[in-house]
Amino acid sequence: MTPTRIILVALGIAALVAAPLGQGNYIVYTLTSWLLFSIAAMGLNLTLGYAGQVSLAQAAFMGIGAYVTALMTLAGLPWIAAALVSVAASFVVGLLLGYPALRVQHHFLAFVTLAFNILLFLVLRNEEEVTGGSFGLVGMPRPSVLGISTDSNLNFYYFALACFLFAAFVMWWILRSPWGRAFKALRENPIRAESLGLKIRRQTLLAFAIGSAFGGLAGALMPPLVQFIEPGSFALIHSLKLLLMVVVGGAGFFFGPMLGAALVILLPELLRFTEGYYLIIYALLVIVLMVFSPNGLIGLGQKIWLGFRPKQEERRDMKKGFQL
Amino acid sequence: MAELIQILISGLAAGSIYALAAVGFTLLWQASQTINFAQGEFVMLPGFFVLIGMALGLPMWPAVLFALVLSLLVLGAAFKKLIVEPMLPHGTLPLVIATIALGLLMKESVKEFYGATAQPFPAVFPQTVYNVAGASVSAQDIGNLIVSMLAIGGLQLFLNRTRTGRCMQASAQNPGVAEILGVDVKRMVLYTFLINAALATIASVLISPIYLAKFSNGETLGLVAFIAAIVGGFNQIRGALVGGLLVGVIDNLSAVYVSAEYRQAMPLLLLIAIILLRPQGLLGTKEGRAV
Amino acid sequence: MNAHAPILSVTNISKQFGGIKAVNGVSFDVQRGEILGLIGPNGSGKSTLFNCILGQLRPTEGHCRIHGRSTDGVRPADLSLMGVGRTFQQLSVFPRMTVLDNVILAGQEHEGSMVSRLFGRPDAGLTAKAEQLIEFFRLSPYRDTEAGSLSYGQQKLVDAAMAFMAGPEIVLLDEPAGGVNLTMLAHLKDRLLTYNREHGTTFVVIEHNMEFVMSLCTRIIVLAQGEIIAQGSPDEIRSNPMVIDAYLGG
Repeated sequence: MTPTRIILVALGIAALVAAPLGQGNYIVYTLTSWLLFSIAAMGLNLTLGYAGQVSLAQAAFMGIGAYVTALMTLAGLPWIAAALVSVAASFVVGLLLGYPALRVQHHFLAFVTLAFNILLFLVLRNEEEVTGGSFGLVGMPRPSVLGISTDSNLNFYYFALACFLFAAFVMWWILRSPWGRAFKALRENPIRAESLGLKIRRQTLLAFAIGSAFGGLAGALMPPLVQFIEPGSFALIHSLKLLLMVVVGGAGFFFGPMLGAALVILLPELLRFTEGYYLIIYALLVIVLMVFSPNGLIGLGQKIWLGFRPKQEERRDMKKGFQL
Repeated sequence: MAELIQILISGLAAGSIYALAAVGFTLLWQASQTINFAQGEFVMLPGFFVLIGMALGLPMWPAVLFALVLSLLVLGAAFKKLIVEPMLPHGTLPLVIATIALGLLMKESVKEFYGATAQPFPAVFPQTVYNVAGASVSAQDIGNLIVSMLAIGGLQLFLNRTRTGRCMQASAQNPGVAEILGVDVKRMVLYTFLINAALATIASVLISPIYLAKFSNGETLGLVAFIAAIVGGFNQIRGALVGGLLVGVIDNLSAVYVSAEYRQAMPLLLLIAIILLRPQGLLGTKEGRAV
Repeated sequence: MNAHAPILSVTNISKQFGGIKAVNGVSFDVQRGEILGLIGPNGSGKSTLFNCILGQLRPTEGHCRIHGRSTDGVRPADLSLMGVGRTFQQLSVFPRMTVLDNVILAGQEHEGSMVSRLFGRPDAGLTAKAEQLIEFFRLSPYRDTEAGSLSYGQQKLVDAAMAFMAGPEIVLLDEPAGGVNLTMLAHLKDRLLTYNREHGTTFVVIEHNMEFVMSLCTRIIVLAQGEIIAQGSPDEIRSNPMVIDAYLGG
């Protein structure tokens, strides 16, 4: 990292630390849920933006994390143990789903994950004895760190921030390792990547499973934050929302999912004056964005930034290499 | 036994409507690698076009014609020109997102501008119920089945027997070669989008009297069309037809024999089983390995 | 292993598509350090043969062996790990990655394990080696440029550098000269010859550009209608009446 970048990142962290100070409960809560969705979106970004696979089950992985954590902490186990199990469970389920789906065609992972999300929702809703059905689970305790309770919303914000920074560090580590290079190569030209010794199926599967594990971590933060979980929070629509976060922010950019999550969480607030029309405006904005800048907001920003620099047009003759 | 026949017939009738949506879905995929996540909403919307036509004072059938024209313009031409075409060079992903957003847009627009409550929809067929060997069979089911089959059969004939139809197939299979042979590939792709819009209109007119016209109808319909297309084989019209019928029958069977809670899970389990055991679909042919 | 054993041996390969025999009973050996050219008019079966060698097509009869190991059904990644490099007919770089990253990627899967590639050095310790290759192809000024914004010829060079990065013993080049301008072509030929001389790497080249093949290869095999009609040194091929017939007579 260049010194400028280090300074920028330090400033960013300082801003995140300062953000909730002096704010009301509602804003602190919103900021915390932004951190949480950013973690989930970051994971999805690995699957989608780097490895080029569509997963429509990120909310389901959050659900796995949330229910595992809720049940374990309600049983009196410490949050950290529950979170570890949540992450591991999401990773393993990701492997099990991805392995058969990636054996075959194009966007089958999208379909398998879509089906999985709906199935998981049905199970969560119907298996009342374990999951509490549509009434959900309540009363999950918040963890204490080094004897400091996170019962206050501000303390819990800092707890979530620590998790967020940890997740971001892990993601940064993965992306700068040879794995990160391999993921990018997969997205850009899988055929060439394979001819250079990259086991593309294994690498793609890992991207998906790791991305899912991030969903599990985000889910593990949900019960202590909301203190109430129900199946509806992990329905397919929320997976689509996470997908929107990633793509609107800019798939394949490190900060894309964080920006996207902020937008998706804040936009309803900003568009509140439009009342019922907000979803319509929102959908329109997404379509327009996709038509004009498929790389999302960061891509759009980059385009504008580079606008005055003459940049070579991408070569049409390379199109062939991209096809599967 | 009588009950089973009853279930089978109503399952086939519902399935044939799913097949209409699934065939359109498959056609779009073949012609332009568009995975249309808004397909369910495409079937939901024309019903409202009909209602709007009738609110403007048109009798039912002219209103259906009005809806067809509107659908061709909006769901066919405009969808292709304004959304699919500019995005194709960027690969499938942005398009997937855009169709998800489009579905949301259509759903929310209907909810806001027309109403959130289910609207009664005029019946296409008489509400008679026949008694066949102890099983009650409704004229509506039979009618739906016949109309859907005629539509798909006609489409199949068109694609195989006419010059335009064969050009469309050529464009879908190998656009490069088709172009060299003098086929106007762009026009063929446009035809595909128009056909999809027409199929959606037919499906909408058939299904709305059963479910009533509601903004959220697309959610299940889109999913079912999806499942039908994949179960049957993504690259074939016949496949989508078989998939649609199968999903319809399974859905109706599980409504009776499976607990209400897990009824919705059955088609999904079928989908997962197919992807695991026969990823090319029941009638599909292998297109090759993905990753 | 016998030092004189051929690095690539093609034994009686036939490939049939429906009723058409694209390749019919082709056999040849390639020795270490050779630069073999495979030429022939369109439809002569050289691409089919190439794909059989690479394990992408299953021959109807016969087999191809690299280092004595059959390539039939071997996945592209494993072929690469067996020490076989290749280039593609179309441009095949990673357009949004820098030239350096392109070249490092080409080597990293051959270093260490999955685990060490996650926890080890970000460049898998390959920067110096990659820079050497980049320098070898005179691409140093573009080290940190996105490969997609280079000229066509430069991208071909990056492609070649990637094929060499893992230190393969044999490299299969699919129409390396296609679409490359004359200056760049001379440069490419010079680099390939130098690399061959310095490392003793074996090349198998499919090419349409006769002049390029004649000046690059040590031996040439001419295919027509799926069969070998001539083979020998460039000079022998140039004066072989059957070859002239095959090209002119169609």
